Amino acid sequence: MASRTVAKDIITLRGSAAIVSEFFGYAANSILYNRGVYPEESFAKVKKYGLPMLLTQDEEWLEAGKLQRVVMVIMSKATKEVLERWNFSIETDSDVVEKGVSREKSDREIMREIQAIMRQIASSITYLPCLDEPCVFDVLAYTDTDVPVPFTWIESDPKLIANPQMVKLHSFDTKIHKVDTLVSYKNDEWDEQ
Amino acid sequence: MDRFIPNRSAMDFDYAHYMLTDGRKIKENQTVCSPAREAYRKQLAETLNMNRTRILAFKNKPPAPVELFPSEHSTASAHPTKSAKPRRHIPQSSERTLDAPDLVDDFYLNLLDWGSSNVLAIALGNTVYLWDASDSSTSELVTVDDENGPVTSVGWAPDGRHIAIGLNNSEVQLWDSASNRQLRTLRGCHRSRVGSMAWNNHILTTGGMDGQIVNNDVRIRSHVVETYRGHQQEVCGLKWSASGQQLASGGNDNVVHIWDRSMASSNSPTQWLHRLEEHTSAVKALAWCPFQSNLLATGGGGGDRTIKFWNTHTGACLNSVDTGSQVCSLLWSKNERELLSSHGFTQNQLTLWKYPSMVKMAELTGHTSRALYMAQSPDGCTVASAAGDETLRFWNVFGVPEVAKTAPKVNREPFSQLNRIR
Repeated sequence: MASRTVAKDIITLRGSAAIVSEFFGYAANSILYNRGVYPEESFAKVKKYGLPMLLTQDEEWLEAGKLQRVVMVIMSKATKEVLERWNFSIETDSDVVEKGVSREKSDREIMREIQAIMRQIASSITYLPCLDEPCVFDVLAYTDTDVPVPFTWIESDPKLIANPQMVKLHSFDTKIHKVDTLVSYKNDEWDEQ
Repeated sequence: MDRFIPNRSAMDFDYAHYMLTDGRKIKENQTVCSPAREAYRKQLAETLNMNRTRILAFKNKPPAPVELFPSEHSTASAHPTKSAKPRRHIPQSSERTLDAPDLVDDFYLNLLDWGSSNVLAIALGNTVYLWDASDSSTSELVTVDDENGPVTSVGWAPDGRHIAIGLNNSEVQLWDSASNRQLRTLRGCHRSRVGSMAWNNHILTTGGMDGQIVNNDVRIRSHVVETYRGHQQEVCGLKWSASGQQLASGGNDNVVHIWDRSMASSNSPTQWLHRLEEHTSAVKALAWCPFQSNLLATGGGGGDRTIKFWNTHTGACLNSVDTGSQVCSLLWSKNERELLSSHGFTQNQLTLWKYPSMVKMAELTGHTSRALYMAQSPDGCTVASAAGDETLRFWNVFGVPEVAKTAPKVNREPFSQLNRIR
């Protein structure tokens, strides 16, 4: 997986940022694939131009401790209504960012936690409503206000869902960054209220 | 499936807030949020809990090359329509961004100028492009040879039609942009590149890497009418006062000189009026205050980082403000008592200050390398900035262009009285 320090149990800020950023890449790919958001042709384009750029920026923000959460929003292509919202909240150990210390946690442990989340994402199709219209996605980053806005990002509204159903998935923790996953989706049948 | 186990860190706080504050209204009316409510909700969320947070959206399409030869739409238009604001709203992101490939990333040059005919001139490498702001069209004025270039400065004459182009080889070309013809070349006034220029009616003042400042009368054959000597290093900032009486110059020697035309009759005509040595780094940013005569603002480079204010009549320093980063350029607002500065490392931002309190009104970010060049539109509303990140950005920082257009009409229609008599 990501690059590690030689002593496998030591996690540095940079290593942790790499792990988390890589996780976002996998999660994004998995969500898009499982939810069938993109037809083949556009997906290749997105993969080539979109995701790598997104991940580099994330890693930068993670190392600075300035990234609060990453949100992947799935919207109806026609109406732009938000149908699904994958929210990854990040808690950063500020001690590590400020003082540059490192932490200890076994690689395998972290991998296990991430794999559990990936399995949950994959099996989410069992309860998430079908997306039977063409959809597009957007990625939002919640950052600290003192972060300068890079050229490829613009300010945005949170793109919330009105009256969502929420499902909390497992989280993983590198001991430097803790990532929680929550998916909210638009209610399928109004009768359920 | 852990559906209902509450977990604080996983809670969708902004949704929760939204429900608490506005949820009731939503149930009565389940249609899409109106822009007004959207703005209100956003404002509320910001006030209540999100002061520390900025939400950014990633442009997930492949980054479309927004060219100098532009397409229909601007890139920064993804916000929901902003509802009417009572005060002037300063947009936090650039109104428009154009590609500026090969823009030379050199602090000492002056590669951007906005003429009175509303045409923006920008020098990219060896070529000078003209961008007409009224119809967003681009044209190429001239490309100089490799041995003469790159272009090191551009300066529109007051008529907005003639334009001077300073070159690396120390020459200055004079062009007529209406007919796209070169009128003349000024040679022999400098020994090295001409990085700064300023017009005063028919006088074109040029500043060189040789430290010399030359007043050229562009109408006559023997164009050098005066030489100001005083700078020991490259002259990177040059600005005439509004009255045309005084010239401010800034150099790489950290010195600011004030030259006064009325001193030409005295014994030493090329002697400066004031020599201001307070800055501790190169001074390129110079701006004369439009609403207070004899007031000059100067900005220092990376080792100085201050903006200083001077009474050019007495030479006294009135105020000094530490901005925290290299000051590349300064512009005064024509509409309000405000000053705009552009900066380098680390934020590369444009900062808007209230004058004279020097309270920060806005910080405009977007550039990913130092915002070296700035120019102001003739209507005083828009500022263009260019940086080594090869982008040219437009900011409606001084006002919204429409407002300027609705100035009350002075001329009434002829025969209006006749209509009423009927």
